[in-house]
Amino acid sequence: MTSPPAPSPRVVEADVSPDPIDPSRLVERVGHPDEGAVVLFLGTVRTRNREREVTSLEYEAYGAMAREELAAIAREAAERHGASRIAAVHRTGTLRPGQASVGIAVAAAHRDAAYRTSRDVIEEVKRRLPVWKKESYADGSSAWLDGHPVAGRAGEPTGPTAGAAGPSGEDQP
Amino acid sequence: MSSAAPRTGTIGVRVRFFAVLRERAGCGERSFELPAGSTVGDLLELLGREIPELPSGVAAAVDRTYAPRDRELRDGQELALIPPVSGG
Repeated sequence: MTSPPAPSPRVVEADVSPDPIDPSRLVERVGHPDEGAVVLFLGTVRTRNREREVTSLEYEAYGAMAREELAAIAREAAERHGASRIAAVHRTGTLRPGQASVGIAVAAAHRDAAYRTSRDVIEEVKRRLPVWKKESYADGSSAWLDGHPVAGRAGEPTGPTAGAAGPSGEDQP
Repeated sequence: MSSAAPRTGTIGVRVRFFAVLRERAGCGERSFELPAGSTVGDLLELLGREIPELPSGVAAAVDRTYAPRDRELRDGQELALIPPVSGG
């Protein structure tokens, strides 16, 4: 395992890597007979974006920070909604349309907690995970996507991160 | 020399660039020497003069945690410039 130690027993995996995402492996990692629900979310690369034909997407990450931040995002969401276990992975490198760029598996006693947790994780990933994508188009050009400025830009931390003590998950959606 | 810095000495900080900033800076990282007592904001201002079109929405992380502009930097720390993110 190359993943750093999970900061919470609820986070069984939080990784950012060039390895292809294996959905069934994620589901297996979180599943348990005590749970009544497993939600799997996959974010996939679209062929068309902003009216242009996308041939490939390249993901770049600040790997060390992104792993810690993804673990923090997963922990906060699981604690907020009472999910039991999360495995979350984000790709780096070159992806083609249809391939999964992010995979999130959440297990909870009931479906509501699993769905809410999954939704929170992907929204926070888009808000603050230090990952960037560059689209390549059919005409040979390419461009970094505009992206979302991290809240408080160079301002307040957006949330507790690994290593930071203190209460977490108090900001309600 | 009469530099009126409130403290003596300098600190070394490693700066990391990603994505569009990496391309504009022409490298993934650079080391900077700053007066002791410098903040994240001081370094961003310095970088803004060197890197064309430093986006206004850039955030900073110190040793892998998002940090405010008034955070004082210490010797040996790593400051990452985080342009608007587009993961997912």
